[in-house]
Amino acid sequence: MTSDAVTPSADATSQASTPASEPGWTAAVRRRVEKTLPITELLPTRQPAYIGSWVYAFGVITIAALFWVVLSGVVLAFFGSAWWHISSVGKFFNSIHFWSVQMFFIFMVLHLWGQYWGAGWRDGRATTWMIGVVIFLVSVVTAFTGYLIQQNFASQWIAVNAKDGINSTGFGGLFNVLNFGQQYGLHVMLFPIGVTLLVVLHIIQVRSRGVVRPIGDPVVVDDSGAGA
Amino acid sequence: MSLTKRRPHMDKATYYRGVRMIPYDLLKELAIAMIGVLVFVVVVSVALSSPDVPSVTIQSWAKADPVDFVTTATSELAGTSGVATYGPPYNNQNGAVQTLWFLDPQEWAGVHVATNAANDFVLEPLQQSTLGDSELTDALTTYNGASSDQQTKWLTSYTNALAKATVGGDGSVAVPSGDYGPVTVMMSRMLTLARSGGLDALLLSSNHFYQTDFSKALLFLGDGSYLGNLAAAQNLTGDQWGMMNETGRYPGQAWLWLYTMWYQIPPFNSDTGFLGVSSANTDLAVVAVMLVLSLLLLLVPFIPGLRDIPRWVPIHKLIWRRHYAEIRKTPSPNSART
Repeated sequence: MTSDAVTPSADATSQASTPASEPGWTAAVRRRVEKTLPITELLPTRQPAYIGSWVYAFGVITIAALFWVVLSGVVLAFFGSAWWHISSVGKFFNSIHFWSVQMFFIFMVLHLWGQYWGAGWRDGRATTWMIGVVIFLVSVVTAFTGYLIQQNFASQWIAVNAKDGINSTGFGGLFNVLNFGQQYGLHVMLFPIGVTLLVVLHIIQVRSRGVVRPIGDPVVVDDSGAGA
Repeated sequence: MSLTKRRPHMDKATYYRGVRMIPYDLLKELAIAMIGVLVFVVVVSVALSSPDVPSVTIQSWAKADPVDFVTTATSELAGTSGVATYGPPYNNQNGAVQTLWFLDPQEWAGVHVATNAANDFVLEPLQQSTLGDSELTDALTTYNGASSDQQTKWLTSYTNALAKATVGGDGSVAVPSGDYGPVTVMMSRMLTLARSGGLDALLLSSNHFYQTDFSKALLFLGDGSYLGNLAAAQNLTGDQWGMMNETGRYPGQAWLWLYTMWYQIPPFNSDTGFLGVSSANTDLAVVAVMLVLSLLLLLVPFIPGLRDIPRWVPIHKLIWRRHYAEIRKTPSPNSART
């Protein structure tokens, strides 16, 4: 603790503005949102000084890469699955997609390791960690479906090679890696929506709970004894 | 201190009490990250492009390696190919069925992508090509009218003869003379059909105008040696860490490194095996191991030992180096270690 910083952020002291007496589901949801994630917490202007570490950049770079993955993917989807094989502009957008995915995974893994070594699940943040792990796993499957729908030699070989692994689990009929139509639908629609929603949920969790304190950080015992 | 022990419920103001807060511009940081990533991927995209090795067609296969094509087609007709003997989800055989201890998920799931190798890959495409070809019509009539034993004799003789096959200048495959019944004509037509590109279309046919399911074509292609040889030349096979490799000099699915690693080591790649795991059930065993590891990763916050490693290994002191230095400089009289 530093001597000049005993006052918590004004962001962290926000109170709900919807009266508790106001009835109805809408008011209840509004109160919950106001309490869990007021705008001052969603878009904070002050944060703990200890976030001035390079580890905290990994998460935001992952989100930035995901943005370009999705945007380039939307362009590729709009022009059709064969476009990038016959158009130089299409090839460029495919390259943006390809390298954005590489960036996304590199920084997601760095973020994951950073959170592991910082034990980011502490102080009631276990579900934030778990959602993060689910994002990683779903992203792996999403990328896999992307490799399956490239419509080139790599996708042919990956499909033929991977079928045995999927089939061995009994899911080969449900998740048929040889069925381009199924994999295309999953890759451009279902999985991206899933990853995006999970990332939004992950961000909401991080913003609503705040950034975890460093391991072994001294916590002030306040007058009421609430501090540990 | 356990790294998942919750502090007593406290609001954020209490949680951050005593922590030095600094101005922070979240959106500016995000914007800088987005611009940085965009600049990087644009530069790399312009400089390196992205991998795109053209797909193999059955036509290109039949032209490049006609003997392999005919050998594969013959094995499909004889019921000895990989797909013909595979098992679920394609048929009721058991050639590729994997079990682990009491687990038999492949059989439990059953057949869902029904594939009759002889009919789907050979007989049906040939039947659809008989228009104006009386010789092929007669050959199919003879073959279908023969006993199963007779069919097997013809196919076995022809398969053995393919070991001495030669490729003519026109791309046709010739085998030493023998008693192959109608098989010679049938395979000759299969090769012609494939070389014309007609078989690529016929294997996609499902009585619908629009086609998006390449299961039959890929299964047939995968049964030959041609596709696998091309993959091996690009270091893409399973024993070459192929799942995480990409064609050319591009990064592949590097995030599958752990999944791929198991395929390279015993007992997963061993014929003798250990604890019921061997090369006979590698895929199922690796999936099982990865499921367990994924579950462990998911549940790290609740697993004693695993969740305490970050406290034992002082990497966090590197992460929060400046913060800890700041604390050492200004110790607080009313602070307590947790």
